[in-house]
Amino acid sequence: MIERNIENYAIELKGISKKFGSVVANNSIDLDIKYGEILALLGENGSGKTTLMNMLSGIYYPDGGTITVAGKDVTISSPNDAINLGIGMIHQHFKLVEAFNAVDNIVLGTKGKYQKPKVLKEKISEISNKFGLEIDSDKEVYNMSVSEKQTIEIMKVLYRGAKILILDEPTAVLTPQETEKLFRILRKMKEQGSAIIIITHKLNEVMEISDRVAILRKGNLIDTVKTCCTDENKLTELMVGRPVSLKIKRPETDNKKTILKVVDLSVVGEDGREALKNINFKLKRGEILGVAGIAGSGQKELCESIAGLMKIKHGAVLCNKENIIGKTPDEIIDLGISMSFVPEDRLGMGLVSSMGMVENVMLKSYKKNKGFFIDKNPARKLSEQLVKKLEIVTRNVDMPVRMMSGGNVQKVLLGREIESNPNVLITAYPVRGLDINSSYLIYDLLNEQKQKGVAVLFIGEDLDVLLEISDRIMVLCHGEVKGIVDAKNTTKEEIGLMMAGRSMEGADDDE
Amino acid sequence: MMSKTFIRTVKNLERSQFEILRLRIMAFIFALVAGGLFIIMIGYNPVELYGTIISGAFRSKMAIQATIKIMIPLLMSSLGVTLAFKMKFWNIGAEGQIIMGAVFSSYFALFHSNLPHGLLLLIMFVAGFIGGGLWGLIPAIFKTRHNTNETLFTLMLNYIALHVISFLRDGPWKDPGSSGFPKIARFVTNAQLDKVFGIQFGWIIGIILVVIIFIYLRYTKQGYEINVVGESQSTARYAGMNVKKIILRTMILSGGICGLTGVIQSAGSDMTLAASVAGGVGFTAIIVAWLANLNPVGILLVSFLFSILEKGSSVMQSTYGLSTYSAAVLQGIILFFILGCEFFVRYKFVFGNKGGARS
Ligand SMILES: Nc1ncnc2c1ncn2[C@@H]1O[C@H](COP(=O)(O)OP(=O)(O)OP(=O)(O)O)[C@@H](O)[C@H]1O
Ligand SMILES: [Mg+2]
Repeated sequence: MIERNIENYAIELKGISKKFGSVVANNSIDLDIKYGEILALLGENGSGKTTLMNMLSGIYYPDGGTITVAGKDVTISSPNDAINLGIGMIHQHFKLVEAFNAVDNIVLGTKGKYQKPKVLKEKISEISNKFGLEIDSDKEVYNMSVSEKQTIEIMKVLYRGAKILILDEPTAVLTPQETEKLFRILRKMKEQGSAIIIITHKLNEVMEISDRVAILRKGNLIDTVKTCCTDENKLTELMVGRPVSLKIKRPETDNKKTILKVVDLSVVGEDGREALKNINFKLKRGEILGVAGIAGSGQKELCESIAGLMKIKHGAVLCNKENIIGKTPDEIIDLGISMSFVPEDRLGMGLVSSMGMVENVMLKSYKKNKGFFIDKNPARKLSEQLVKKLEIVTRNVDMPVRMMSGGNVQKVLLGREIESNPNVLITAYPVRGLDINSSYLIYDLLNEQKQKGVAVLFIGEDLDVLLEISDRIMVLCHGEVKGIVDAKNTTKEEIGLMMAGRSMEGADDDE
Repeated sequence: MMSKTFIRTVKNLERSQFEILRLRIMAFIFALVAGGLFIIMIGYNPVELYGTIISGAFRSKMAIQATIKIMIPLLMSSLGVTLAFKMKFWNIGAEGQIIMGAVFSSYFALFHSNLPHGLLLLIMFVAGFIGGGLWGLIPAIFKTRHNTNETLFTLMLNYIALHVISFLRDGPWKDPGSSGFPKIARFVTNAQLDKVFGIQFGWIIGIILVVIIFIYLRYTKQGYEINVVGESQSTARYAGMNVKKIILRTMILSGGICGLTGVIQSAGSDMTLAASVAGGVGFTAIIVAWLANLNPVGILLVSFLFSILEKGSSVMQSTYGLSTYSAAVLQGIILFFILGCEFFVRYKFVFGNKGGARS
């Protein structure tokens, strides 16, 4: 047998470099992946993962280096080139036409003669069966959940015959069940001989799905290790450069007093359905109330109603016994209620992508100083502090935030909210897409706020994290509260059952 | 397998300032060369003709004054639309706003011309601002209330404004002194703008406006709000901004500044209310504003260059006895290259399979 069969290598990268101005995003990277292999790409926020993959999918050109696909030297100068080479990438922002149905989206942009919908559907269902995808061909994209949209994106790539699949943080917006489903598809593809590169910050997923792990740090490839010969702690150490403890603290506080009381709150969502149904709960100073629930159970509506961004059907939200329903977002901010929601596209709410950190940091506070003119100096100082405190990677505080890596953008958002000295801090999915180190930084920040007497409402996805950090956990299902339980005395199974719709005894006692 | 396309466009967001400057200079040279070919084709010497355009705009004190006179309305209305464009409110109704500003102020110029000069001018400016502001406010109200399309709405209001002038000219405001031919009376001297250095003082207002708008957009809370609303309305709402109020306010200002343009053009240059008071300036202003990247100082520069081209080619036309059309074609060719250059600033062509990973 030949020891190194060149045909087996799907991609070989040699000395790939990419600079943005003075920022070295990738520095002479050597990396390869075989057909029938799943490679995980791991690295802190801003370490250059997305940039590297974008060069394979034709979005950026490398400044230097060679790319070999299936044994041949190639140049990839557009997404079309990539597709022709059999490389498909699933980006974090889906690129689908909302008004089209699944089939139209899948065939959109492919060359060749017009084919009858029936023929197309057969072709698609053949591929679906082969890889275990579930696709409802006639459903319009705007009716789809995030996970369904992602499946369409994968189908698009498979339909074009890609043998190499790149996924950029595909699980960041999926529920655990949806993630499992995705992984089943990926395993099937691997069995059929595809090469798969997956970027994720979740170490348990890396351990579960990958064959090998490549670790990037500050644009350099630090190491490539076999998944079977490593563990989460070792990976973290490689990634961060020093050992990091993977334990979340839950400090005790006293003097817990109710500050926010939600009474019989009902809200009609954008689609006309009742998104929240008679919600009741109390939020106390010095505690973290975790909110669990599968995506779309009313989390967004809950945040937006408290922040004054949604019309309320009925009910009340009392802040220190004063009803805030009917107040403008402005007045609610003045009451010290801070809300930060990290949406699925991350930049959607709360930040202005073309502005720098300074102008984003002053977004909610610019009205504070008197007069007609704006004073950027305090915001500038604060931005510089935040860069240091949260280890934000940016060229300078005036660089548009859209040029920052995903994780750093989020640190700006959360940093601003925390620095506004809130009484009530509502935060939804604050660690979406953040690397391990930054996630723990965020958990520490939330705990710090809690110890200062701030009431924290923490809407999360990762049940393990919720169980470790929260004092109490409230479970939402289809817009209803299924119960509020003490986090120390509950189990993942119990929460899981409630998420699926079973009601439990409450732990929502007063004062 | 590689893609067979030989040439294609790629979005290019990574050009440095220096590269952009180089592109612009190259576009300018290309424009001169292409225009030169056209001039040779119609049988003239390009160097001479280009020389005439420059010297025509500056050859005498009067020529310079005329160039500046062309520049004033262009500068002011470009500043006006810039406010709306920053907010991504596509105000292409500067024409109508200029006209309504002129109409409102002309009422006082025609029927209250015996007021003290200073007071009369002040009232005319206020009236002009209100007229233009109102014409800007109407589409904004419909946009915020019913989410109508502002592009169509502002465009349509241009035609209504034009017909308002015709109506006044043919009916209520018709000059009794003119026999048969309907026109509006010439403003009396008391209602005309004074001259500073031989040019109506509108140029001073224009320059002051450049400074004001620059500061307004960059250093005031309202300017900041405009920028945020332009970027994302949902973010603005989240930050506690009153988005509707901001849109209405900004459109009053945007239309109001265009209204002032109307006052200055009618009372400073035309000395009457003519249907041609805007004369396409409101549309050219859109080009000027975008060419200058919505930067007030850039607008000052670009509108100056535009007026040199305008004035210079009219001199060239009369000196060489060219037809209006050939002068227009030449202007068109030059503009084509300058605007085309902006495409290259944002995109680039990739030839064949070049530009890949090979270093
Ligand atoms: N278009 C761009 N212009 C300027 N700088 C950029 C651009 N894209 C990326 N960068 C910079 O390159 C570096 C690497 O970014 P990249 O997005 O590849 O990181 P990442 O590893 O994907 O991070 P994350 O986990 O946060 O998504 C960052 O410092 C980022 O600021
Ligand atoms: Mg990334």
